[in-house]
Amino acid sequence: MTAASASLAPQPDGRARRVRILLAKPGLDGHDQGAKVVARAMMDAGFEVIYTGLRQTPESVARMSLEEDVDVIALSSLAGSHLPFCRKLKTLLEANGLTDKLWLIGGNLPAQDHDELRALGFRGVFPTGSKLDAICDYIREQVK
Amino acid sequence: MNDRLPPELRPVLNESGLEVQPLYTAADIDESGGLEMLGEPGQYPFTRGIHRLMYRKQPWTMRQYAGFGNPRETNQRFKYLIANGQTGLNVAFDLPTQIGLDSDDPLAEGEIGRVGMSIDTLRDVEIAFDGIDLSKITVSMTINGAAAIMIAMYLAMAEKRGYDLKQLRGTAQNDILKEFIGRGTWIFPVEPSIRLVGDTIEYCAEHAPKYSPVSVCGYHIRESGATPAQEMAYAFCIARAYADDVIRRGLNIDEFAGRLSYNFNIFGNLFEQICKFRAGRSLWAQIMKEEYNAQKPGSMWLRMIAGGGGGGLTFEQPEMNIVRGAYYALISALSGAQTMALCSYDEAYTIPTEYSARISLRTMQILIEEMGLTETVDPLGGSYYVETMTNRMRALMKEIIADVDAQGGIVKMVAEGSIQAKVSAQAYQMQRDIESGAFPKVGVNCYRNEKEEDHPVEFHPYNEDDARAQIASLNQVRSERDPGAVAKALERVAADARTGKNLMPAIVEAVKAYASVGEITKEMVKLFGRYREPIRF
Repeated sequence: MTAASASLAPQPDGRARRVRILLAKPGLDGHDQGAKVVARAMMDAGFEVIYTGLRQTPESVARMSLEEDVDVIALSSLAGSHLPFCRKLKTLLEANGLTDKLWLIGGNLPAQDHDELRALGFRGVFPTGSKLDAICDYIREQVK
Repeated sequence: MNDRLPPELRPVLNESGLEVQPLYTAADIDESGGLEMLGEPGQYPFTRGIHRLMYRKQPWTMRQYAGFGNPRETNQRFKYLIANGQTGLNVAFDLPTQIGLDSDDPLAEGEIGRVGMSIDTLRDVEIAFDGIDLSKITVSMTINGAAAIMIAMYLAMAEKRGYDLKQLRGTAQNDILKEFIGRGTWIFPVEPSIRLVGDTIEYCAEHAPKYSPVSVCGYHIRESGATPAQEMAYAFCIARAYADDVIRRGLNIDEFAGRLSYNFNIFGNLFEQICKFRAGRSLWAQIMKEEYNAQKPGSMWLRMIAGGGGGGLTFEQPEMNIVRGAYYALISALSGAQTMALCSYDEAYTIPTEYSARISLRTMQILIEEMGLTETVDPLGGSYYVETMTNRMRALMKEIIADVDAQGGIVKMVAEGSIQAKVSAQAYQMQRDIESGAFPKVGVNCYRNEKEEDHPVEFHPYNEDDARAQIASLNQVRSERDPGAVAKALERVAADARTGKNLMPAIVEAVKAYASVGEITKEMVKLFGRYREPIRF
């Protein structure tokens, strides 16, 4: 994927690079219209996006996050299985030393679940109705 | 030239990209091609309806999408809907079932019974339809990747209960090509997936000739970002791909085309949708007659469910979705749909409650009982605007189909991901237009409530115990069945997959031996492999 402009995140070695985002579709949910729309918005905002496609397991999300050396791990969930998925993913991300990355989740997320998602470490929670620019601005603010 | 006109006289563009003028006259109809394609209801090219008397004889079938938890719970919801006047069923399956996984598969964890009912074996299908008269209530199953197995289970269940398969009606969605574009419940790669659809069409033509083995869905392509004209044009391209596969097997078009059906969406501009349906009805008839040389009128009928409307509903101010649903139902009725279903007002959030499902049902019943929609066939026929726009929509759909053909056909475009990339780019633009206010959505980018109230939506509870019970019930079936019969049937599935035989007889034998959805799928995966998504932006 390519993007027109670059959003810069300073690296430990002092080099600047574009913010790298893993955008994953967790579980068996096939609703990817939203994820693809968000991926395009992120690319337009200058981020580098690795979109996983459908049916990712907690294991595959953790592995790709590590291999792709991303700054942001973002999930798009529409079919209701976000909590069991995120509980498992949290353990794996911690085990892989990825707690310093920004974890985000968006999609059909009932308000009653937001606190637990945040407690699990998903700092950015973007339920249906969130604005594309709000998501991108949040990433820009948080990844410095 | 248009920008020299005062703003109120300039044409506006509809979603399909066609100009809409402030006034239409007879001259516009003439200029758009006249009334050559209008005809009479029940006569070629069926612009005005596929039957002469349409709803005078029988109102549309009401078929709300329903299913959750285990088969027993779903059976209760079915009975509730029937008791409230619903005339057909539309079955929702959970995601593991839809993609061919058993409930005890590790990948199914947390997903069992969540977005639909869980089915592992024929036993579950028997429970789900227990006590429902299948000669009175037709059943439509929203199943695609695992459709061949679910059709086999449904036919086996009906046969076991003594129904004559030659008379059995019902529908399976079984449109795998659109699953690659949107919705995503694919299992196998594109080519073997199409073969399986062909197998079901061929099998049903012989064994269950009144059963509709495929419902080609423009619906989800529209939800994924297609315009109304693309929705219908792409669906026709997909239907042609299935028809071509079956014709290559030596069947005559008239042996199966009469059982092809369609599923289209109803959100958006009211007149654009109505013209979409009228245009599509005549274009499909023309394709069948001229391109496929169909002889029977039934082969030319665009039999359709026009329903849902999910893409037009909003998360904000969800009660307003009740109002939208009523307009969408009006669109469907004015368009001559055979079947109608409405997304419930809370469906942007959750599985509908009994209460919200009943509101959808009552919405359709009010149209039938109070609003006079069933009294006159094609009441908008002859309108300068509607006839002109019907002609223009038809011409546009033809252009889109020609464009797909020029690019190598729908199968190739889906396999390489180019259709997916196109509709997703459009979805992105639409989202930007909604966020900027360029595309008005009430409650979203205009007329927002000053203070957002607590949403009056009751979330459907998810019960982990139900999932455990479903696994226990699968294990129970496994312990009771004849392992020799299962092994033999599964070997036959593998063998027939290899030799290229029609897989349906082997799958039917396997389900009758109580082989599970997952077991049968695994046999086919061994040979076919699994689909890999082309990721294209």
